[in-house]
Amino acid sequence: MLRIACPYCGERDQVEFTYGGDAASGFPALADADLDRWTDAVFIRDNPRGEHRELWQHQHGCRQWLYVVRDTVTHAIQSVVPARDASPAAGADGR
Amino acid sequence: MTHYSAFTLIRKALGANRGWTRAWRNAEPRAGYDFVIVGGGGHGLATAYYLAKEHGAASVAVIEKGYIGGGNTGRNTTIVRSNYMIDGNTRFYEKSLQLWEEMSGELNFNVMLSQRGQLNTCHSPAQMDAAARRGNIMRMNGIDAELLTREEVRRRVPILDFSDHARFPILGALWQQRAGVARHDAVAWGYARGADRHGVDIIQGCEVKGFLQEQGRIVGVRTTRGDIRAQKVGLAVAGHTSHVARMAGLRLPIETHLLQAFATEPVKPMLHCVVSFGAAHFYVSQDDKGGLVMGSDLDGYNSYGQRGDLPIVEETMADAKALIPLLSRLRVVRQWSGVMDMTMDGSPIISKSPIDGLYIDGGWCYGGFKATPASGWCFAHTLAKDRPHELNERFTLDRFRRGHQLDEKGGGPTPWAH
Repeated sequence: MLRIACPYCGERDQVEFTYGGDAASGFPALADADLDRWTDAVFIRDNPRGEHRELWQHQHGCRQWLYVVRDTVTHAIQSVVPARDASPAAGADGR
Repeated sequence: MTHYSAFTLIRKALGANRGWTRAWRNAEPRAGYDFVIVGGGGHGLATAYYLAKEHGAASVAVIEKGYIGGGNTGRNTTIVRSNYMIDGNTRFYEKSLQLWEEMSGELNFNVMLSQRGQLNTCHSPAQMDAAARRGNIMRMNGIDAELLTREEVRRRVPILDFSDHARFPILGALWQQRAGVARHDAVAWGYARGADRHGVDIIQGCEVKGFLQEQGRIVGVRTTRGDIRAQKVGLAVAGHTSHVARMAGLRLPIETHLLQAFATEPVKPMLHCVVSFGAAHFYVSQDDKGGLVMGSDLDGYNSYGQRGDLPIVEETMADAKALIPLLSRLRVVRQWSGVMDMTMDGSPIISKSPIDGLYIDGGWCYGGFKATPASGWCFAHTLAKDRPHELNERFTLDRFRRGHQLDEKGGGPTPWAH
């Protein structure tokens, strides 16, 4: 069981959270019509074996989107911060 | 090489079982090959087998970082079926099932295919309609399918929850008689033995660490046992496709996720077919030793960990009990986990890559085991002819860019939810 330290609610079981996927790829600007950039953002993933930046929503808690850095081999979580405070790549709605 | 038959068995038994030879050579890597297949699971070995047998390739090697069949080939729930609905998937998986049906004879190796049938339960009128639609599409593609009523399901599998207080009352089911289970290790061993017989080198304990590139073209692999040159390199490393492809500078429409499976203590025969639970994502069959083999959803977050987490244990057991209440009396004695290539549309990739000399067979999501023979068959064709067979022409890597996803579930680009 992952234990995710929500910055608002404290450390909680993973079952309180919903996974939001890879946080590294943000969407291009809506006015950007470049097919390759959109393909990349929607479909292509780094899928690293190791450190992974990802989004989780504390669905059964404060409902905030969180930006989590976690290792995909050991599952160890390095950091959890509110998605809105994370890198701009996380996107405005955290997705 | 010894031909396996009842006669051989008796003859060797009379000779105190001395004189059995190895089923395949443990080859040392040569300096170069025409084809190097990375990954000695069922898919890689099948690819090598069909390359040598169907396309006359004389110089083929399969390189495997561990031992053959030690990855996902040995970590699944052994179900084979072809109840797919979308053009591109239907005929491919049906071809696979046909290859399964002839595999033991073809390979002279008993893969213990048992076409005991698969039941997909339906729990609402809408699900019955969807099952009827799926069944009709299957039949239009020449695949066997039958829609069963509640009473017909009850006659086949009386141990399902048909009580008045069932949480998900069973209204009927979609039945595929030709579906079933097979012995997973035997598939790897059978293809390895068959490939070896056709001159393929199977090199175990040989991990790829990088690629040899010349003028933008892949011309071989860098391994823990030295460089091996190749005209063409094929990846069959599902679960780790992104990881290996990245060494060549490729990023793929794939995420890696965990899928668990469970086996109970052995009991007398109680479940004679494969059952998939339509109210949740759960599937169960009884193996030849008597244990019930069960699986359900992905763990739901990116992982290469090859070990499962507790929430899915709870979910799987809850599903099991909701479908077959008497399972609550059984003890689970084994649990394991494999890492899946989950693609952005839930369908596989058998395709040339954007880099010359590099070919990809991966993205098998939940569906890799049943696809083993057709995957090898189509990948061998793609490698040998430099173009896809019509059965895998939709499994291209660029379908995402072109908007031609094969999304059986209609889930969108959320790989952990397929």
